[in-house]
Amino acid sequence: MTTAGTDTAMLRVTGLTKTYSLGTSWLSRLTSRGSTTLTALDGVDLDLRPGEILALVGESGSGKSTLAKILVGSTAATSGEVRHRGASAPARRDKESSRRVQMVFQDPYSSLNPRLTVGAMLAELLLLHRVVPRREVRTESVRLLNLVGLEEDVLGAYPSQFSGGQRQRLAIARALAVRPDVLIADEPVSALDVSVQATILELFADLRARLGLSILFIAHNLAVVQHLADRVAVMYLGRIVEVAPTAQLFAAPRHPYTRALIDSIPRMTEGSVNDEFELDGEPPSPYDVPAGCRFHPRCPLAGDICRANDPPLLAVGPAHQSACLKAGELALIPLPEPTQEHA
Amino acid sequence: MPGATAQTAARRASHVPVQPGVPLLSVQDLTIGIRGSAGRSVAIVEGVSFDVAPGQRMGIVGESGSGKSLTLRAIAGLLPKPVEVLSGRVEYGGADLLTMPAKKRRTLMGPEIAMIFQEPMTALNPVVRVGDQIAEGPRRHLGMSAKEAGELAVSMMARTGIPDPRRRARAYPHELSGGLRQRIMIAMAVSCGPRLLLCDEPTTALDVTVQLQVLRLLERLCSDTGTSLVFVTHDLAVINQTCSELAVMYAGHIVESGRVAEVFRQPRHPYTRGLLESAPDFDRPDRELIPIPGFPPNVADRPAGCPFAPRCGYVRDHCTEAMPPLAEVAPGRLSACYESDRLTEVLA
Repeated sequence: MTTAGTDTAMLRVTGLTKTYSLGTSWLSRLTSRGSTTLTALDGVDLDLRPGEILALVGESGSGKSTLAKILVGSTAATSGEVRHRGASAPARRDKESSRRVQMVFQDPYSSLNPRLTVGAMLAELLLLHRVVPRREVRTESVRLLNLVGLEEDVLGAYPSQFSGGQRQRLAIARALAVRPDVLIADEPVSALDVSVQATILELFADLRARLGLSILFIAHNLAVVQHLADRVAVMYLGRIVEVAPTAQLFAAPRHPYTRALIDSIPRMTEGSVNDEFELDGEPPSPYDVPAGCRFHPRCPLAGDICRANDPPLLAVGPAHQSACLKAGELALIPLPEPTQEHA
Repeated sequence: MPGATAQTAARRASHVPVQPGVPLLSVQDLTIGIRGSAGRSVAIVEGVSFDVAPGQRMGIVGESGSGKSLTLRAIAGLLPKPVEVLSGRVEYGGADLLTMPAKKRRTLMGPEIAMIFQEPMTALNPVVRVGDQIAEGPRRHLGMSAKEAGELAVSMMARTGIPDPRRRARAYPHELSGGLRQRIMIAMAVSCGPRLLLCDEPTTALDVTVQLQVLRLLERLCSDTGTSLVFVTHDLAVINQTCSELAVMYAGHIVESGRVAEVFRQPRHPYTRGLLESAPDFDRPDRELIPIPGFPPNVADRPAGCPFAPRCGYVRDHCTEAMPPLAEVAPGRLSACYESDRLTEVLA
């Protein structure tokens, strides 16, 4: 316990790095030509505020899921620090600290034990963590189920008897059983059908309002993020490249990668066309992060300064941070306006 | 590269002449399912009919289990056992693909009809260099020599935007990223200059910036060569950006069809409306999402009458008695709903 009190963040991540080295046998080290170190996280700084929904977006390989794993304590960071309510979270979590941060996974089909009934699944957690005395387990289980929109009659059922959306509700109930402060949701709706997604998004918003949960919502669908999140953090190749309140990020992105993401969103409205801010190529391999700005090989604005310097995440406006040396230049290129209704 | 395309076109033995006014593809009353003994067959897709004109781009949208992928696979003759076509016709240029001898049908796959799958890693042969995989079609169907076909493969890879195609042609699928693999599959599909391209969620496994590149590529290839497209996806926004016509599938039936812009503006089936209202629209962030209550019926346990009735806000007694037929509700607009006259609201 250090310097608690002044810290307003629910979770604060500073200088977090995570590298995986592959081929650790001496033979593979002798024979390998390229780099064998995968940099999943490369100096991540991020705050999760009390009661907010913070979305974390980025493409595959950007490090979103690695960050989630470190935050719930299922893997240890290589360096850097995670603080929870101002107190340093140990790399190896004890029962109490792991209880505080809970996770909801992407695939509700593989994240629930098929051999446990709903009642047994919840009872196990409630007893292990001594959330309630044994005689109150059933009442508490029903309370949890009601919280996620399910009824008492599902207690005896197995996960296979539920649809995808209902399974995700069960997974959320399981995460809530130990009364966490923080919920980490890793792509919780991307495995669900469109018509069901909305109900689960609604549930997250509702839980935040009713329980005051802080939610880190990892997603790649920006339309979903725009609907749910208070703030958005954009990740690219192991680093946060932009953070801003949701409306501001989408209206006035100050990092070219964010801008490209927004322009790449398939649009529902006729006449809303993506402009020419299109990226070439694909995200580079995390084995070989480009020197200078990690985005410069794909960036339409990149200049010599970008190849030479690795930009830090700096304030570019109130509550708005960007890691781009040309953030000012980008601000001068307006986003295309959707042409409305020409029926 | 234009040379290669002209060469492809010239070499193509035209198996099926396209007549003006005749649809390139005509799916008629297609029922797909699992045949059981003594008439106890289970239909997964029931009575699906639609036409695709030359050069037309048709999207089929639906949730998992709606039968959209099976419909596409039935056209390509790639239904997974024990699923089979139970009845109906799939006409390509007037000839029924289903009753055609298997050998003849196979000669159409590649030069006339090609398919792009969702997951390029499982659809490509892992032990054959990608250049050789692309070259296989032109060698087999267009009678090109190995050298000619290899050159065509490289130029096709260049057309699909693969950097350094000559070197990449010698790569194996596992050495390439997801986006590059999907481009290889597209290059493979278009290498014989097909007139009909079947796409099964071709961008679902891709990142959003790469998805845009692949959609633009498909669009360009189709408009360059006048190729028709049948594009299956669960993503309405992707349909909006790729297709001109749309069919919405629910529980094995087409429940609505029409021009994309018109269906989006004024859906005439409650399910379509529900889909549009429950999907977040990036251009309208303040709009409230309205989920569709309940969930789709199990294939083996579909309700009598309209399969959407249990979830429908417009339901009346007659809805649960018989499946409403897909009928014209406006010029070029079909809806399978008894209550479609009550759905005339224009979504803002």
